[in-house]
Amino acid sequence: MWVIYTLNGLYFAALLFLTSLGLNIILGVMGILNLAHGSFYAIGAFMGAWTIIQIVTKAPAPLLYVSLLSGFLLAGIVGWIMEKTLIRAMYKRTLEYQLLLTFGALLLLEDLIKMVWGGQALYASAPFDRLGKVEIMGSVYPAYFLLVIAITLCVGFLIWLFMGKTRLGIMLRAISLDREMATGLGLDISRLSTLAFVLGSGLAGLAGALVIPTTPALLGIGMEPLIFAFIVVVVGGLGSLKGALVGALLVGLTRSFGIAIFPEIELPLLFLIAGIILVAKPQGLFGR
Amino acid sequence: MLTVKELNKYFGYFQAVNNVSFEIRGGEIVSIIGTNGAGKTTLVNLISGYIKPDSGRILFFDQDITYISPYKRIQLGVSRSFQLIQLFEKATVLDNVRVALFSKYGMIHKALWPAERYSSIAQEAIAILDNFHLLDKKDQTPKVLSEGDMKVLDVAIAFALKSKLLLLDEPTSGVATYDKFKVMDSIVSVIRKEGISSLIIEHDMDIVSGYSDRVIVMHEGQILAEGKPDEIMANKDVKAAVFGILS
Amino acid sequence: MELKRMLGNPRWVAYGIILLVLLFVPYLLPTFDLMLFEYGLTFGIVGLGFNLLLGYTGLLSFGHGAYFAAGAYAVAMMGKYLPQAYAMEILIPAALLFSLLVSILFGFLCVRHTKIFFSILALSLSMLLFALLFKLYHLTGGSDGLRVAIPTMFGMAFKGVRRPVFLTGTYYYFLLAMFVLSFLIMRGIVSSPFGKALQAIRDNEVRAELIGIRVRRYRLYAFCISGMYAGLGGALWSFVNGHVTADLSHWVFSGEIVYMTLLGGFGFLEGPIIGAMIFTYLKLYAMGNTEYWMFVIGATLIILVLLLPNGVSGAAAALWTRIRRGRKAEEVSC
Repeated sequence: MWVIYTLNGLYFAALLFLTSLGLNIILGVMGILNLAHGSFYAIGAFMGAWTIIQIVTKAPAPLLYVSLLSGFLLAGIVGWIMEKTLIRAMYKRTLEYQLLLTFGALLLLEDLIKMVWGGQALYASAPFDRLGKVEIMGSVYPAYFLLVIAITLCVGFLIWLFMGKTRLGIMLRAISLDREMATGLGLDISRLSTLAFVLGSGLAGLAGALVIPTTPALLGIGMEPLIFAFIVVVVGGLGSLKGALVGALLVGLTRSFGIAIFPEIELPLLFLIAGIILVAKPQGLFGR
Repeated sequence: MLTVKELNKYFGYFQAVNNVSFEIRGGEIVSIIGTNGAGKTTLVNLISGYIKPDSGRILFFDQDITYISPYKRIQLGVSRSFQLIQLFEKATVLDNVRVALFSKYGMIHKALWPAERYSSIAQEAIAILDNFHLLDKKDQTPKVLSEGDMKVLDVAIAFALKSKLLLLDEPTSGVATYDKFKVMDSIVSVIRKEGISSLIIEHDMDIVSGYSDRVIVMHEGQILAEGKPDEIMANKDVKAAVFGILS
Repeated sequence: MELKRMLGNPRWVAYGIILLVLLFVPYLLPTFDLMLFEYGLTFGIVGLGFNLLLGYTGLLSFGHGAYFAAGAYAVAMMGKYLPQAYAMEILIPAALLFSLLVSILFGFLCVRHTKIFFSILALSLSMLLFALLFKLYHLTGGSDGLRVAIPTMFGMAFKGVRRPVFLTGTYYYFLLAMFVLSFLIMRGIVSSPFGKALQAIRDNEVRAELIGIRVRRYRLYAFCISGMYAGLGGALWSFVNGHVTADLSHWVFSGEIVYMTLLGGFGFLEGPIIGAMIFTYLKLYAMGNTEYWMFVIGATLIILVLLLPNGVSGAAAALWTRIRRGRKAEEVSC
């Protein structure tokens, strides 16, 4: 049984990691808390679901999985549009206005999703079904979950490489560490900020798309992941990539074991742990 | 009234304050001079309670205040002004001083009647502004003030806390040269009138020699020399270590 | 002595006139519009308290729905579990107490942080309450929520009276009295030494600490006062709505509270009240005319933030200043 709970926790942590990583990249590089981040998750979910539904009868199996990337792409595109229009307007403003603008964007996007895909739920479980189950340490477990964990590990590794080894990634990190210095060094803040926002939103979209085979795309699907992402950011530290990983693991495993023991306790237990961490380390585990 | 004994402070491996000991007597104005990074601001931060030392003692009227909170030190009578001006930008000049008075008199928690009603506080705030030559600007907000006036207001707020020891961190920095003496005149005349002691960090030797009773020279975290302004000006070691930088 | 000063002050004269008009509103508005107006008044109370935290102390909470819900559910749960004590005189203090307790608990965690951290925490905590209200359906009615019946008021019973009649009659004047009281108290708080301390904290936290103000403690005070105002608003709202649900604690609902305050303008005491009124009608209009009302609200919010950052009251004040300056210039040139 523990195996199942742990694997469930890891699966949930994987999705959470992608979402909070995205949130943290935007937070770290741009200093903006995007309240509409959950909407990108939803966009990824709906796009992924829609694509799969279109091609499920016609396409070979591997294509189904690749098509989930469409969620990542569309979320990134919408993120690009949002950054160029709204976020630009926010740079000189105070925090209150940033939060309000992204809140407005949230309301807008939620209804845009409704306009484009209608209010019905979209079911696209083919990728999940096709993979069947595997046996791990005596328990039976859906193979799709393992695929998601694997994909997340890859993405995490790629981002780590990107941030640590490529010029672009290092520039992004420089901005997040000290924005003013970075300008002084001649970095093109606005282009890099757009990149950060697109990447961050895309990650949320990817997470949304990955979850689709296990659950239908519904209006408001991005709300709960957003809240969990916030908790991860609070626990892990604002703008910290390591924090997103550790936080996601903590939240994912707590949730999984919490639900298994006593469903109602899941959220309060999480908050209790988060509260304790915050009292001990007000900036979060890896915060500045 | 203030005794600093063997104070040490490290920031990582860097020793900002190294075995510093000195005294300030009642009614004295003591200036601290030294190059940038000599540890002057750190010293003021330690005395005002913003940071705590690694070792050493700070005694105020024989009471050990080394580790107590800034809040308690203000109650005891230690207050400070800032090198980079720290004002309440959206409040009027009068309110900037008034809120400090409310806090000092323990009335800051009163939540039912308008602040204006406490006329004695208002009058006292007006008297303070008058002493610092800021009365004509009492209803304006800090952003319309000149740099010099803002500096004076910063000091006036610290002064309103009725402290017995006023720590002034570079009160004329950022002030136009022709205003520096005006600013110091306003500040020092009030200090002398009330018989307050003061510890002033300064770079400008003209200011220092014009207004101080004693001068302490700091260099690389330690006290290099101590004495009357003219003694210090003549001191060879001081000239070598510090004068190249000072005007 | 106070009265004389007030009569001379144009502001108080304006307040007096508005109060007079408000007294006659039940005779001026049809039932449905009156109920809408009452919703607006309850949100006005919430906004007043919220602005103490935002405009005067500089803390933005996207989680104030939690305290609104605390007040509303206090009423509803008393109706369910303590029907013998279901009287307005008991319900209002109960709502205030319950919302105070929740604000102390949540506030204590939040005020140790500022800016983004504070906002996220306040938001997350309200979602914790939301989850509890949602999941503990045996206690709270879950997604169905709880009914809120008409209480007795100061000995008066309303057996057999239908809600609209209750709301357009006695209740309106009670609500109005609560509103006026809340306004006067907030007015006092804001201009008091305590209010000055909060503004000092907003303007310069470091300096405030170094003139002897205990910043964290005072932030908590402001947080709790605003929480109680939200709870009072929630309780009063629940009688108008007749029904409470968990989404009163959802952060999107809290977002509407923030929206109202911004819309009205958080630089002025009266701002949030104006914003509450406008938003109530705006939302209803949008919901009545399109299924994509969230899009409308979101779009208007964005336009508002970009064009009128100081809200309606701020824009009005700016306009007024410009008119006066224009007139002065005219006088000088002529």
